[in-house]
Amino acid sequence: MKAAPAPANPAAEFRSGLIRMGLDPRKFDYVVALAGNPNTGKSTVFNQLTGLNQHTGNWPGKTVARAEGRFDAFGKKYKVVDLPGTYSLLSRTVEEEIARDFLLFGSPDVVVVVVDATCLERNLNLTLQLLDITDRVVVCLNLMDEAKRRGIEVDATKLEEMLGVPVVPCAARRGDGLSNLVEKVHAVATGAVKCSPVRLNPRPEIQRALDELTPQVAQVLPHAANPRWVAMRLLDGDETIMEEVQRGHLAHFDARPIEGQA
Amino acid sequence: MSSAELLLRRAAELRKDVGGVHESLTKDVYETASKIAGACVSGTDSRNRLEMRLDRILTSKLWGFPIMLALLAGVFWVTIEGANVPSQMLASGLFWIEDQLAYAFQAVSAPAWLEGLLVHGVYRSLAWVVSVMLPPMAIFFPTFTLLEDLGYLPRVAFNMDRLFKKAGAHGKQALSMSMGFGCNAAGVIATRIIDSPRERLIAIITNNFVPCNGRWPTLIMLATVFVAAAFPPSVGSVVAASSLVGLVLFGILVTLVVSALLSRTVLKGVPSAFSLELPPYRKPQLLRVLYTSLIDRTIFVLWRAVVWAIPCGAVAWIIANISIGDATIMAHIVGFLDPLGRAIGLDGVILLAYIVAIPANEIVVPTMLMAYMNVDRMIEIDDMTQLRHLLIYEHGWTTLTAVSLMLFSLLHNPCSTTIWTIFKETGSKRWTALATFLPLVIAFAVCFIVAQTARLLGLG
Repeated sequence: MKAAPAPANPAAEFRSGLIRMGLDPRKFDYVVALAGNPNTGKSTVFNQLTGLNQHTGNWPGKTVARAEGRFDAFGKKYKVVDLPGTYSLLSRTVEEEIARDFLLFGSPDVVVVVVDATCLERNLNLTLQLLDITDRVVVCLNLMDEAKRRGIEVDATKLEEMLGVPVVPCAARRGDGLSNLVEKVHAVATGAVKCSPVRLNPRPEIQRALDELTPQVAQVLPHAANPRWVAMRLLDGDETIMEEVQRGHLAHFDARPIEGQA
Repeated sequence: MSSAELLLRRAAELRKDVGGVHESLTKDVYETASKIAGACVSGTDSRNRLEMRLDRILTSKLWGFPIMLALLAGVFWVTIEGANVPSQMLASGLFWIEDQLAYAFQAVSAPAWLEGLLVHGVYRSLAWVVSVMLPPMAIFFPTFTLLEDLGYLPRVAFNMDRLFKKAGAHGKQALSMSMGFGCNAAGVIATRIIDSPRERLIAIITNNFVPCNGRWPTLIMLATVFVAAAFPPSVGSVVAASSLVGLVLFGILVTLVVSALLSRTVLKGVPSAFSLELPPYRKPQLLRVLYTSLIDRTIFVLWRAVVWAIPCGAVAWIIANISIGDATIMAHIVGFLDPLGRAIGLDGVILLAYIVAIPANEIVVPTMLMAYMNVDRMIEIDDMTQLRHLLIYEHGWTTLTAVSLMLFSLLHNPCSTTIWTIFKETGSKRWTALATFLPLVIAFAVCFIVAQTARLLGLG
């Protein structure tokens, strides 16, 4: 995967992707998606970031709750979309489909992945899958207070080095580290910090198959943020992705902004 | 051919050529995560060590199953022991009210049929539903929810994984099966966690073989009133709890056997690999446990039973009191169903109750009791012993009847909500029909074999 170029994001396509995701791009400068395993304090981070500026509703056409909010930082308006909590992006629960489609077709400027410092290994599974889809990730290493209490030490600097994206230690319940998080989000959004994330290294046969499929995917799904990842899912036999390819567009998100819903 | 179709076709070819893509990808993710975590995390988790020790015992080959069964038996025992006294008190209180209501109707010289319909029909069936079902549910659901909340169910799934794999099904089916103990419709939806359509169908079709919230009260009542009462009081509740554990084990056995049969016939294939993660144990949130188990489960199930018991009580009273020719309508229907019922260890009334109860399993017992009580008109029953007497001496119930009824309740067709859910999830009338009728056929077959064998051995 190392050879994969950072996915290009022509402005027009980016905007149309957002509109289909139910977001109006005129109202803010950057979109931040909040991802993470369930029970990592993701909602706490969301609440701390957005305060009272929240909407809740459902994902278009789904019974999964959706929360959105906004915050202003360094003179820019940020829209925060709280994705459903998932352990992975590779199986096919509704939650994972929603999270995956938003990352793939909503092209958020930054993805903040909230990670539980008390069980890092388990949480890294999702983080690594995210890094396979997008470069622009900030890791919020949450529950540092709880980890310390239990005698677990996590070396954030080392983690940042190994993952190749900013890692911010936080204790969201107490508000610790959040201003730092916002700073890093801003830096990644504006391009002040360039990420060079660790990539998974599939077997050579898989690499070759991906090299062959990726250009074809880019042609069929021009809105997809990361055609190589889509190719990977096709190679894996992911039926929901196959259906999306067949239709050539997203089934789950129509042009219905959340603001328009009751 | 469109470019999308070309792409899909090529991807399918490559998938076949390369092989094992999913396993390879999952391995990459897990190995990288493990490498990074190993390099960045130091210190030992004080809580983790304890959890790991606990997991090693709870999921060990030697202790996993015995502990599982002991916990289940413990939950049943607490329910049966604990529900006895409140059930009696509720029954005597509610039937005292029935008498008062009857006096009130007589005092205002209301017509006898109105008193019969409202007091001895509708009110009485309501009183029965509440006194028979409420106390066991109010104890069983919170205790079971507590186990769920502690994080024990994923350990159960872990223990069961090997068995399901041997049956040619997906290990995660153990999880959707565990959900089925709460509600089969929820269990059917939970099969979404299974990736392969073949294995998912197996999980959907067999989900019904574990008893749901709607059937627990029936089973617990039968275990209490018949199984426990047949033994001296000192051991009665222990025997009753064991019989319930046995029944659950039988349900799991049927699940495995049917899964194995399906995966060797109509749904052939190799079980796919998966990794099951044991989530951390949690300190149960007592208030939430009480809330979800009492409001979401107990009150919900009771409400459904009450809502259905009212019209059923009225219908039962009416058909038991209107005669065509020389017998009541109910006697005609019961007489018609009786031979079939007898053949499988039940009787006509029970089959009638099951037909009426297709919308909701909760009302089998209330309907049955309504029918029995109305066939014989106004017998006054005001406690559990008299219920037992009514069934045994007036209606010829034997231990075989109780056992057959428990088996039938365990195995018969899913309720209409579950059937509808299966249709929505599979999108196929054929699979829905199979998931509906296969259990029914199995229920009839098993009960028939049990009844005939018991009679042959002179036990019936």
